[in-house]
Amino acid sequence: MAEGSEAMLSVEVWRGTEAGAFQTFRVPQRAHQTILDVVTEIQRDLDATLSYRFACRVGMCGSCAMVVNGRPRWTCRTRVSEVVSPDGALRLEPLRNFTVVKDLAVEMTTFFDKWRDAKGSFDPGDARADFHVVPPASTERQAADAGIECIGCGVCYSACDVVAWDKDYLGPAALNRAWTLVNDVRDGGNDARIAAVSGSAGCHACHAHMNCTEFCPRGIAPTYSIAGLKRAMMTRALRRRP
Amino acid sequence: MIRASHKQPGFLAALLHRLAGIALAVFLPIHFLALATALNGADALDSFLKATAHPLLKFSEGAIVVALALHMALGLRVLAVEFLPLRERTRVVVSLCLAAGFAVGLLFLLNAG
Repeated sequence: MAEGSEAMLSVEVWRGTEAGAFQTFRVPQRAHQTILDVVTEIQRDLDATLSYRFACRVGMCGSCAMVVNGRPRWTCRTRVSEVVSPDGALRLEPLRNFTVVKDLAVEMTTFFDKWRDAKGSFDPGDARADFHVVPPASTERQAADAGIECIGCGVCYSACDVVAWDKDYLGPAALNRAWTLVNDVRDGGNDARIAAVSGSAGCHACHAHMNCTEFCPRGIAPTYSIAGLKRAMMTRALRRRP
Repeated sequence: MIRASHKQPGFLAALLHRLAGIALAVFLPIHFLALATALNGADALDSFLKATAHPLLKFSEGAIVVALALHMALGLRVLAVEFLPLRERTRVVVSLCLAAGFAVGLLFLLNAG
């Protein structure tokens, strides 16, 4: 297609760190173009100093999330045609609630540290004589599967108001991970896990605004995972003998 | 620009729940102070009740009833989200909660008239 006949996008891109400004680029609009395509085109053809992060380009790695026209999204699976305003304007910002490293790249250490703090890693418990057989169709396995496809993109964390209010709040992704493991019958670390997510920065801080559930690109519902943790904690508290 | 996460029905529900709660928290002490005027005799209470006949106060009464009904409906919704093994359709459920709240307010105003 000839350059001159193409519709052009007006793309405002955040440049800088916490302090910075938007820089506008003109990029040709193409068929089936994704937001990540636009950012890559800017970086390759217009300004090589633009920083952003991506890896797989197919919605598996969780690297490329950004705020697109005010809403956090996975940019590799977001088509321009779905989100562009009628006048061809796009505004790309780094994810909220993260420290900005530069331009569209954010520091994700705190985000993943919270997965660790929520005891988000599998604990095999006591050694077993044999493999623990869990039929895929069993209720327990399906409960664990409900939130297991999280790719750690940070969209939910970026959209969460409670994270914005309380920097210590573990956040939807870490709590969803904890709930996934609570439902994993092979896991032996639930006492420590429930204790870890029951503090003031844990599941009880959730206000059920449901932004995480609304925006999760994988269709996971962290609000319900967090609700599950609240129930699990309450059940344990009621069962506990003095 | 209002951010996208603040245009969601879940956020609207939380916002209205909180505002209705604040309205009730402001109302309740005034309500108890009004009842306490009875300690000074029936005349003191009656003179206070006469003052509430003002149309603006009647309207405020309606608003408080709406706030109470909204707070209850939205509170029941939060309890359902957190305790029932169901996944709600947020847009529909929040709309029903708002409709219930305003319907109660309307009934009250029709009755008051």
